[in-house]
Amino acid sequence: MLRFVVRRLLLLIPILIGVSILVFFWIRALPGGPAAALLGERATPEAVAAIEHQYGLDQPIYVQYGKYVKQLATLQFGNSSVSRQPVTTEFRQRFPATIELAFAAGLFAVVFGIPLGFFAAKRYQGVVDHTSLVVSLIGISTPIFFLALILKYVFSVRLGWLPSVGRMSVLIDVPHPTNFYLLDAILARNWTAFVDVSKHLILPAIALGSIPLAIIARITRASVLDVQNEDYVRRAVDFHHVLRNAMLPISTIIGLQVGLLLSGAVLTETVFAFPGIGSWLVDAIKARNYPVIQGGVLFVAIIVVFVNLLVDLSYGVLNPRIRLSK
Amino acid sequence: MRGKLLKFALPCVAFLALIAAGCGGSDTSSSGTGTSGTETGGGGGGTLVFASSADPVALDGILVSDGESSRVIEQIFETLVDLKPGTTEVEPGLAESWEASSDGTAWTFHLRQGVKFSDGTDFNADAVCFNFDRWYNFKGSFQNPSATYYWQTIFGGFSTYNPKSGAPKESLYKSCEATDANTAVITLTKPSASFIAGLTLTPFSIGSPKALQEFKADEGSVDADGIFHPTGTYATEHPTGTGPFMFESWSRGDKLVLVRNPNYWGASSDNPTAFNGTGASLDQLIFRPIADNAARLQALQTGEINGYDLVEPQDIPTIQENTDLQILDRPAFNVGYVGFNISMPPLDNPKVRQAIAYGLDRQGVVDSFYAGRGEVAKEFMPPSLFGYADDVPEYTYDPEKSKQLLQEAGLTLPVTIDFWYPTDVSRPYMPDPKRNFEAFSASLEKAGFKVVPHSAPWSPDYLGKSDEGQLQVYLLGWTGDFGDPDDFIGVFFQSPQKQWGTDTNDQMKAVQDILDQAEQETDEAKRTELYQEANRQIMTILPGVPYAHNKPAIAFQANVSGYVPSPVDLQSFATVSVG
Repeated sequence: MLRFVVRRLLLLIPILIGVSILVFFWIRALPGGPAAALLGERATPEAVAAIEHQYGLDQPIYVQYGKYVKQLATLQFGNSSVSRQPVTTEFRQRFPATIELAFAAGLFAVVFGIPLGFFAAKRYQGVVDHTSLVVSLIGISTPIFFLALILKYVFSVRLGWLPSVGRMSVLIDVPHPTNFYLLDAILARNWTAFVDVSKHLILPAIALGSIPLAIIARITRASVLDVQNEDYVRRAVDFHHVLRNAMLPISTIIGLQVGLLLSGAVLTETVFAFPGIGSWLVDAIKARNYPVIQGGVLFVAIIVVFVNLLVDLSYGVLNPRIRLSK
Repeated sequence: MRGKLLKFALPCVAFLALIAAGCGGSDTSSSGTGTSGTETGGGGGGTLVFASSADPVALDGILVSDGESSRVIEQIFETLVDLKPGTTEVEPGLAESWEASSDGTAWTFHLRQGVKFSDGTDFNADAVCFNFDRWYNFKGSFQNPSATYYWQTIFGGFSTYNPKSGAPKESLYKSCEATDANTAVITLTKPSASFIAGLTLTPFSIGSPKALQEFKADEGSVDADGIFHPTGTYATEHPTGTGPFMFESWSRGDKLVLVRNPNYWGASSDNPTAFNGTGASLDQLIFRPIADNAARLQALQTGEINGYDLVEPQDIPTIQENTDLQILDRPAFNVGYVGFNISMPPLDNPKVRQAIAYGLDRQGVVDSFYAGRGEVAKEFMPPSLFGYADDVPEYTYDPEKSKQLLQEAGLTLPVTIDFWYPTDVSRPYMPDPKRNFEAFSASLEKAGFKVVPHSAPWSPDYLGKSDEGQLQVYLLGWTGDFGDPDDFIGVFFQSPQKQWGTDTNDQMKAVQDILDQAEQETDEAKRTELYQEANRQIMTILPGVPYAHNKPAIAFQANVSGYVPSPVDLQSFATVSVG
């Protein structure tokens, strides 16, 4: 088991090297650089040249890459070319938002998806089954930003039930020691703040969780149907037994979905003005903010690898028949 | 089979019904969701939440050039000279009056008395000179154009010259002397009158010397990427000025909170011009960054914000139809133009340029694509700016005249031109470049031209190409920063620029001379005449054809009053109240 974990962690190294190379060269292949983004119409050729020189962008690409590798080796991620703040600081400030959102979306997807799939399988070919099919199809095919806009329009603008932007009302003041707003509200024993933060999470969580919901529902349904048909289960068809055996493929999918959720929630964060790493990276790409893009993508890659490792480890827990060997 | 169909149909119908319910009916704004920013009425107190498009970069004026930093800095700090709200007219700010020496190089500023910074220290001539000298003595990466763009635009270089920094060698600034507590004399290296209007810009805000030093405004290091990282906290936690608001807190991506400065000397909505110390109307001013335009609009509709800037043209009717919301007009301070590279044949022939001018249906474009908010431009600066000439040569759409001119130039019709427009962009002076292009193309084709269309993404391709002079005929424009013709025609034509052609010297020499002269002329009346003459000459030589001035729009909830939009985007919230 330990060897398994260590091996997987060691695999991180070539993965990160690969990701760093790809990101480094890809963003430099994008037309333009930080100079045009910083100065806009006021960019004269002299000003652009001065900025490129200052940032070392006028040097040959292999020289730039060498410098980059050296910095990475010493764990220096540099500063944002826009805000001039350290990339690691900005990541630390914004990541909790994405985690909270991903958690809320994942919770939504699992809490509604698994029962939906389970009951669809139990009442095979019934109304619930067909409803869940339609809902899944709609969930998967609707572009997230479109769904987000519709949710905002219906529930915020027309009905006024839920807020449309941000993580919390700007009128509420709560200290943020952890930057996980739900946690901060609990620590400050501020119930109004807790409710407010939860309200701000609902619509983005639904938008972001719509696709995972659909997928989890379908996988659960298929998995439950499969297991139901196996002889040894026919005699005791109940939630706990069936589900336990169906969980293997379900947990794989959940693991992959969590990786996807964490890796940006780009569209959702943009539409809801949610200050997480998705919107951080989008703004950075628009501004050709190389240090942020490079550092941010690398951090996200690390997270995705870790999550997948945890998912693999969970197999052993869920189904002792599977031994994690070499 | 029928049963199965029904089971499919039911959920589908239910979903469609939900959508229809949501989308149907007239669009009336719902009342606030409890997170609304509208507070107590009566003009006193309250909180206003304003959505910006991004976080400020930093709150140290001299080191930033982005509009969002400027928007916040404008509330906390003040400059020596101000603009009369809603205009580009200079009026007293922290300086009550000023005069130039006879040779135009030494400017004496008589400062307001009894003004304090929000940390309790005195505002005086020493503070003014401290600030100016700080800027002049910047070294290292502070000299880079991305750091100190506006110092370099107005004053040029610094006390030490570094060829690699990108900053110019010469500086307009020579020194600052505090002759007594309330008199500061700024000496220039050569006469200039345009720098006074430049001093209204937020980069020239006067900060508390005590805070600048205590919170290490100039300290930081340049990292391996060449990016300057400030280690002091002045610009992010302790910006200290004399303005109507004070900094309270800033959580990036979330909100920036300013509170009323109880010791502010200046105006409030009760008494706009008196020195009465009652300060701003609002108790609290909160800026929250919302990058997506649709999100900003919806946040205004739900009441989560009280106002936002940079309203997209297509949203203006939506907001105007809503009785709970209002649109305010920002006076036009921009110009959209069709530019020429007059070194590229056949544009080197003035008759051809005139033919193009007569061949552009400018009125048609302004009427169709500017949502009723544009006006046809007849010269390269807006009518509200001094130096505007009413009697410049005009070129109303006349395709027959175009053809005639082309034949006089000895060319066979149709004359081929390469016409460029940018993609992926909307500018205040050019909301939809493609449609402008298509309409202009059509009118030019009727006027004896054959248009070869070209396009490129705005940034960096299009801008880069125009900077390098690679575009023959192109759509471009400019939004003014400060209320001086120098910021329009000075920027375009005072020194040779590749975008107009590499040998503009010959054809534009007369214009360059007038602009040089006008920049230094300290007599207002004479300056105005010089700029008017420059405009006449420019519109005769025709290095391009200006076609539109457009009014940008700002949106607020209907119960917000007192906001006076400025042509150059310098608005104080001190006179604003909610409810």
